[in-house]
Amino acid sequence: MRSMLSTAAALAIAATGVTAGSHSSLEGTLRIISDMSNPAPRAVMEGLAAEFDEMHPNLTVELDIVDREAWKTQIRNALSANPPDVVNWYAANRMLPYVEAGLFADVSDLWAEEEMAALASTKGAMTIDGKQWGVPYTYYQWGVYYRKDIYDQLGLSEPTTWEEEKANCQAILDSGVKCYTIGTKFLWTAGGWFDYINSRTNGYDFHIALARGEIEWTDDRVRQTFANWRELIDMGAFVDDHQSYSWQEAQQFMIDGEAAAYLMGNFSVASFRDGGLDDTKLDFYQFPVINPDVDYAEDAPTDTFHMASGAQNPEAAKEFMRFVTSAEVQTKINAGDALGQLPVNANASIDDDKFLKEGFEMLSSNAGGGIMQFFDRDFPAEMASVGMEGLQEFMVFPDNLDDILERLEDTRQRVYQ
Amino acid sequence: MAELSATGSSAQTQRSWYKRNEIAVTPWLFLLPGMIFFAVYVIIPIFQSVWISFHEWDGLGEKTWVGTANYERLLFDDRKFVTSFWNNVKWLFLFLLAIPMGLMISLFLNQTVRGIRFYKAMFFFPFVISQVVVGLVFSWFYLPREGLLNAILGFFGFGSVNILGDPDLATYGIIAAGLWPQTAYCMILYLTGLNAVDPEQIEAARLDGAKGHRMLWHVVLPQLKPATFIAFVVTIIGALRSFDFIAVMTNGGPFGTTRVLSFYMFEESLSEFGFRMGYGAAIAVVLFFIMLFFIAYFLLSMYQDEREARR
Repeated sequence: MRSMLSTAAALAIAATGVTAGSHSSLEGTLRIISDMSNPAPRAVMEGLAAEFDEMHPNLTVELDIVDREAWKTQIRNALSANPPDVVNWYAANRMLPYVEAGLFADVSDLWAEEEMAALASTKGAMTIDGKQWGVPYTYYQWGVYYRKDIYDQLGLSEPTTWEEEKANCQAILDSGVKCYTIGTKFLWTAGGWFDYINSRTNGYDFHIALARGEIEWTDDRVRQTFANWRELIDMGAFVDDHQSYSWQEAQQFMIDGEAAAYLMGNFSVASFRDGGLDDTKLDFYQFPVINPDVDYAEDAPTDTFHMASGAQNPEAAKEFMRFVTSAEVQTKINAGDALGQLPVNANASIDDDKFLKEGFEMLSSNAGGGIMQFFDRDFPAEMASVGMEGLQEFMVFPDNLDDILERLEDTRQRVYQ
Repeated sequence: MAELSATGSSAQTQRSWYKRNEIAVTPWLFLLPGMIFFAVYVIIPIFQSVWISFHEWDGLGEKTWVGTANYERLLFDDRKFVTSFWNNVKWLFLFLLAIPMGLMISLFLNQTVRGIRFYKAMFFFPFVISQVVVGLVFSWFYLPREGLLNAILGFFGFGSVNILGDPDLATYGIIAAGLWPQTAYCMILYLTGLNAVDPEQIEAARLDGAKGHRMLWHVVLPQLKPATFIAFVVTIIGALRSFDFIAVMTNGGPFGTTRVLSFYMFEESLSEFGFRMGYGAAIAVVLFFIMLFFIAYFLLSMYQDEREARR
């Protein structure tokens, strides 16, 4: 009798197990390696993995979180020996080596699904050779973050043209404050300035053609970009000794009121707020027009998930990619109390945050030129590293320009063979 | 007698091959693990590096044979290499300052006063802490505005300098940071060396009227020759391994002016924008030959010393 009862009970449990399982046929283990190692992103990633694990009772999600900087060199080993199913990486040229080496899986079938139409804005950045190699989960705008209180005090307003920009800067300099803070010790911050001045001077198409190696660095149009940049350098617009500071250290100058603005990505807002700049003191404007004949192009680097070609559980990996690209999930993970960035899915909603709203507005309605992924993602690795070193040198010794451009041109001729 | 030898020889054939050759084989058996590891981790990788240096390879895909193209570009058409090479030379020469500085401090500390152990420990302290920490401390010391160095210069009415941000000064700034622990190391070597100086010879020299420089140069220093040799070896090796300081203090910058060959090799092959394995390997091979020059010199002088000692 007892044994019969227990058998019945076991059967009942088995039956419920089957019904629960019918929601998802996914089984086995899903291994994810993520580079979201900073505190807030880490919490987001852990939440995502836990939720996905709960949704699929027969599936175990194993999550490894690797330091974000370390991951940039570790990803090669991780993908080639005992590859996980899903990894984090970046869009555009930065994924090229892995695509070429056959380490990322082609997920074009996923992009062919109806729901993915909402991600169309980044499809280009995920495409190489006409195929898609991953899905985006977040992106963020770049622009000029400035001390609103300093601008108000001097009676300045947000500039929209290069002339206004320079006039503002002169007024700020006259009051004993530097116009811009920047820390170029790790080089890439200078890449942001080049992206903006070059695309505002020569347009998005020219900038991307330069990134593809189709234009000589010694071209007069490139020189024009540097000439525009030099106007600011000669004014003394940038903080002194910027080659000795990291981007975080340079933030201090703006927090202390020694510099009035910072060309940066939206990820800087969190530490500005930690440093005591609330929304009455901190504001944002789009990089001004230089050449009225070209449309606005904006830096908006996209962070992504990819499936390894050696994935053991491709079904689960694809399901996870559908999960992170869905509107609800993207709304949740990009909220101000989570990543504090912009969702890529057009149906997702933006958190009620001043900078997120302004950024979303700018990228969706005022970036007609195109979206750049940032200097070190648009240009091939070797070109980017030599290039950023040259940009840093230019910012310190603008007179070396001819020499720098010749060096970059030499590199271009070698890299793009 | 004949019987005896017969039984002897039959016993010998019964003994195993190992037993028969024990004296000859055992040392090799003891050496074997070390030799295997040395071969796997040092010798074979040297040849692999040379092999890779003739290719173009991103570390993932297929290698492409390019012959000596990497070397041609490196030796004749690469300004980064020239900068790195001369920085290496600067390191080699200036780092040797650690030897006389270490000697001076050890002579100064080689006395018996109250608390001398404490002072010795304090002077030795920089060698105990990690190179990364020393590098960080010095980079803060050099900071253009907040740094202690500029506070001191400001106190005496000098303008501020940004040593690590100035392409002409940055390498010297890093070498100065490296000298701090290296001096401590040389000091310890000389302190132990000074313990072994023969007091009778000092006494005899003193009776003959030697003091000061002459005493140091003609009596003490010759007896410190083994310590000097070791200090020379570790300092040369230290100068060629200057990677940590550069990575921490300037990351090769400003605009690549503080690179040395080892850092350049790392950048080309293993850093975020690197993975040009063939070119990195070519740099490694060149660095290897530079080191080989010193190693050969050390081995030769050690060999000669031993031969003299045997005589």
